[in-house]
Amino acid sequence: MRYTLHPLGDDAVLIELGKEISQETHQKVQSLTAFLEKHPPEWMIEYIPAYTTVSIFYNPIEAYQLSNGQLPFDFVCSLIKPLIEELTENDASEPQIVEIPVCYGGEFGPDLDFVAEHNGITPEEVIEIHSSGSYLVYMIGFAPGFPFIGGMSEQIAAPRRDTPRLKIPERTVGIAGMQTGIYPIETPGGWQLIGRTPVKLFRPMDESPTLLKAGDKIKFKSISLEEYYHWEEAEQ
Amino acid sequence: MIKVVKPGLLSSIQDLGRTGYQKFGVIASGAMDPFSHRMANLLAGNEENDPVLEITMMGPILTFEEDTLISICGGDLSPSINGQPVRTWRSVFVKKGSELKFGRCHKGCRAYLAAAGGFAVPEVMNSKSTYLRASLGGYKGRALKPGDLLETGKPSLQSLKMTEYLTKQSLDRTFAENDWGIASDLIPDTAANPEIRITRGRQFDLFSNESKVQLLNHAFEVTAQSDRMGYRLKGPALLLSEHAEQISEAVNFGSIQVPPDGNPIVLLADRQTTGGYPKIGQVAAVDLPLLAQAKPGDTLSFAEISNEQAQQLLINREMKLKELKQGIFLKTRGGN
Repeated sequence: MRYTLHPLGDDAVLIELGKEISQETHQKVQSLTAFLEKHPPEWMIEYIPAYTTVSIFYNPIEAYQLSNGQLPFDFVCSLIKPLIEELTENDASEPQIVEIPVCYGGEFGPDLDFVAEHNGITPEEVIEIHSSGSYLVYMIGFAPGFPFIGGMSEQIAAPRRDTPRLKIPERTVGIAGMQTGIYPIETPGGWQLIGRTPVKLFRPMDESPTLLKAGDKIKFKSISLEEYYHWEEAEQ
Repeated sequence: MIKVVKPGLLSSIQDLGRTGYQKFGVIASGAMDPFSHRMANLLAGNEENDPVLEITMMGPILTFEEDTLISICGGDLSPSINGQPVRTWRSVFVKKGSELKFGRCHKGCRAYLAAAGGFAVPEVMNSKSTYLRASLGGYKGRALKPGDLLETGKPSLQSLKMTEYLTKQSLDRTFAENDWGIASDLIPDTAANPEIRITRGRQFDLFSNESKVQLLNHAFEVTAQSDRMGYRLKGPALLLSEHAEQISEAVNFGSIQVPPDGNPIVLLADRQTTGGYPKIGQVAAVDLPLLAQAKPGDTLSFAEISNEQAQQLLINREMKLKELKQGIFLKTRGGN
């Protein structure tokens, strides 16, 4: 596996595994994070996976003491190297497939008509295309459990709003350019909103606090308003 | 127990951060000035990571419902107890019924109030820090409000020994300060307009030569659009030599990222876990306290050091801190 190591401040090493967003690089990121989950090194505090990188945070003082006086970054790099070299791309765990029910349009998706018009199709076609795609969660960032998703059809792409909304309710599904995503908590944002899911994406009291993690596959399922409320109630 | 009469501008419970959950996009939070946070705890006989109250610019008014050992470190926001000035960077024993008040922002802008035993708040995702945006952790997931009651945990043996010594000193006064504090050479010099040491960011080479020079030769003002998430700076626009889309990757405390408008943002305690803007620099960990104490209107200048120097400076400071911890322990055990 080809890689380069870079300092990210005095307590982190950024491992770059590729230069472009691709399924192949994603696979490498997944292999490394699967390994770190199974065998967390004692000097590691935590890690952040992204599209092409995995950043590992460590305690520089503990590393210094473990290394007998070597600089913490050099020492940690010397431990990371053999670890990555042993990895193969097949070490990634099987992706989890998560079905996300979405109530499209109406009050929950005020921009559904705009997305349809922008692409010269009907709102029903937008829903049909959005809910029939197969999506990959490349990374989590921006907000707790916010997925950066790849795989959306070009037929429903739409530019961001000129003026971002100050408040987007939690669990709203949106489109920005070629991306689709779901807001786990209420935030400001400029995405075109097409619907809402009754399923909580951020569950701070659970052992695994987010519904989604990097590497998951997503399928959206269109549901009625009635089903939405039924589901939302069950989630509480 | 401590009662909040007035909450001040932004007073929130913080520890050293919520680690282990950044892979889920959960921000680290924690003290903006981790050094002052740790010192306040040490002087109250606590563990370094115990939750303390982070006080911003305009401090609160607090009343003590029982005798309490405290310490205030970090910025000098002119604290006083029952109208008498109280010194920072030392252990202070406060008698029941006393009122702690803050005044003018004399130096720095963030003070850390530790109480023996730490503030008793529930742990959420491995931390007691307040995550303001998600309304999680700390005291009910929010900044303090009038009427809030802050409970403290069980004091350590060290806290009890410190209290025992100071009780004898308090005599008829309402509070007593220790006759020793932190050596001044260990206290970061939080003068206005600090020089901050930085290392090159991962995308440093993508910036124009002019911008690279300007980063180190011009002062940058901390604007009013600055908060716990990041400081938005104003100075010469820093531009890439040619437009290049970045791929989002992890960021860190002190990362200096530059959006297309050229105005740098220094990321702080409540930073997002990942970012897509190019990073021109990274503040050395040892200078994070200086950064956290800078307030809107102050200017920052940056001096470049190598990654090796940055880590060496951090190690040197931590070694001094280790000696200091032993010193505090010995002094306390020996009954001062």
